[in-house]
Amino acid sequence: MKRKFVALLIGAFVFLFPFYYMLIGSLQREPDPSVGGAFPQPGNLTGHNYAEINKAIDLGRSLINSGIFTGGVILGTLVFGVLAGYALARLQFRGRGLVFNLMLLIQVVPFQLLTIPLYVLIVRSYGLADSYLGMILPFLINSTAVFVFRQYFLQLPAELFDAARIDGASELSILWRVAVPLVRPALLTGVLLTFIGPWNEFLWPFLITKQQDLQPLAVSLSNYLTTVSARAANPFGAVLAGACVLAAPAVALFVIFQRRFISSNLSSGVKG
Amino acid sequence: MRRGPLARVLGAHPIGTAFVTPYVVFLAAVFAYPLGFAVYMSFHDYFFAAPGAVVDRPFVGFANYVTVLSDPAVRRAFGNVLVFLVINVPLTVVLSLGLANALNAAIRWRTFFRVSYYVPYVTAAVAVVGVWLFLFNSNGLVNSVLGPLAPDPSWLVNSGLAMPTVAIYVTWKQLGFFILLYLAALQNVSKDLYEAASMDGAGRWKSFLNVTVPGVRPATTLVVLLATVTGANLFTEPYLLTGGGGPDGASASPVLIMYQRGIEQGNPDVGAAIGVLLVIGVLLLALIERKFVGKEDS
Repeated sequence: MKRKFVALLIGAFVFLFPFYYMLIGSLQREPDPSVGGAFPQPGNLTGHNYAEINKAIDLGRSLINSGIFTGGVILGTLVFGVLAGYALARLQFRGRGLVFNLMLLIQVVPFQLLTIPLYVLIVRSYGLADSYLGMILPFLINSTAVFVFRQYFLQLPAELFDAARIDGASELSILWRVAVPLVRPALLTGVLLTFIGPWNEFLWPFLITKQQDLQPLAVSLSNYLTTVSARAANPFGAVLAGACVLAAPAVALFVIFQRRFISSNLSSGVKG
Repeated sequence: MRRGPLARVLGAHPIGTAFVTPYVVFLAAVFAYPLGFAVYMSFHDYFFAAPGAVVDRPFVGFANYVTVLSDPAVRRAFGNVLVFLVINVPLTVVLSLGLANALNAAIRWRTFFRVSYYVPYVTAAVAVVGVWLFLFNSNGLVNSVLGPLAPDPSWLVNSGLAMPTVAIYVTWKQLGFFILLYLAALQNVSKDLYEAASMDGAGRWKSFLNVTVPGVRPATTLVVLLATVTGANLFTEPYLLTGGGGPDGASASPVLIMYQRGIEQGNPDVGAAIGVLLVIGVLLLALIERKFVGKEDS
């Protein structure tokens, strides 16, 4: 038991150290790559790097863009995903099996094959480059979340739905008044699962936004990393400050809601 | 309940069709149609044109595929992904199963450990790439700890070490997710089997090999498959960590080349052909892996 604990402790150090270093590095006036630099020295600490990166890429604007992108995806997934998940779990209609199989099939289609055709379609044919809609569209409904919603709706007792139907309630009001309130925890799990994707997504918004004031933070930070940083006084400090701002919301959400990420909703997928 | 003829044709709740329609439209527009379009593009002389302009895009057969396969940079990128997978996949399986197994025992600080392993996974690649650049720089912390043992040229600019460094970075980044998959799978391994094993005098290591490993085999199949797909998707890391696949293409990935050929250089037909080849490659790898890892499923 003791050996396992020590192994886990060493592992946790390896996993957390880069984050600690990110924070320290973002607060250092002068970058210090020596071993001593890993320990904070009061004389060398400053908030200047945050001001520096904010001057270079307008953190507020980028964060708002990230928020709109992520919010759009979450909204689309909640509205359309809950409808689809409910129908797949509780309604008998023609083509239900087909839709369900399609949903499973989609999980194995790699997005990278679709990058080029989607770029051509969305940027060239629909003219949606440099727009929030173009950014959101390919991610609008998260299939994994639809699957999770379906699993939770399936777990509710059938009598509940029969009773509501006998009372003459419409399916939409059954969904809204009976089913949704009972699976609220699942909705939160769905939101958290969905959040990570667009918040951290890089390739797609990178491809379709050339206008700086529309770029999410991940994209503007990478542009800073590849172009501007060579000219800045303490480029790593500024990059690390930006990295902290980008990392903080996802990490905070995860730490607060970490119980929601745990096994129960994933195990159903593994049992398969 | 009696079913009318209408219900037999449409099902008992035709409203369900309306509920799934947005989702189906989404799947058709964002997956099915682009999928077909990618294949179409790869067989035609496809180039960017102004929206609405009528241009001729003749069928060219396998010409784009010939272009792709005779391009040494593309071949190198596919080779790089193999290097990546050879390092990343076994490392991922061994480390995530080992750590999940250790975490599964009733241990102090479980929540702390779980959070620390999962944090890299939830963090944006762009954010952590910044720290890794700082750590693995030629005069970065890793090299100043290693002192005279530091590789020269340094990690990310060394043509032999760039891809392995990227592979280790991705292993570290994704491991938390795979630990979670194994943690879920471990709940399904019967406790009786462990008892039986200890009755037979099996030590901890023996019962891990004979009970745990076979018990989580379906999860291992999934982990191997998902790690392979991650490798095939590789873009952000070589783009940022090694300055666009350097040194001299040693860490370029197929998706990176696809981006350069397809969008930067304006040959979407060639880019689409790379994408199709990549997917065929992933499917073949997945079949081979299934044969080796998932042999007891069938």
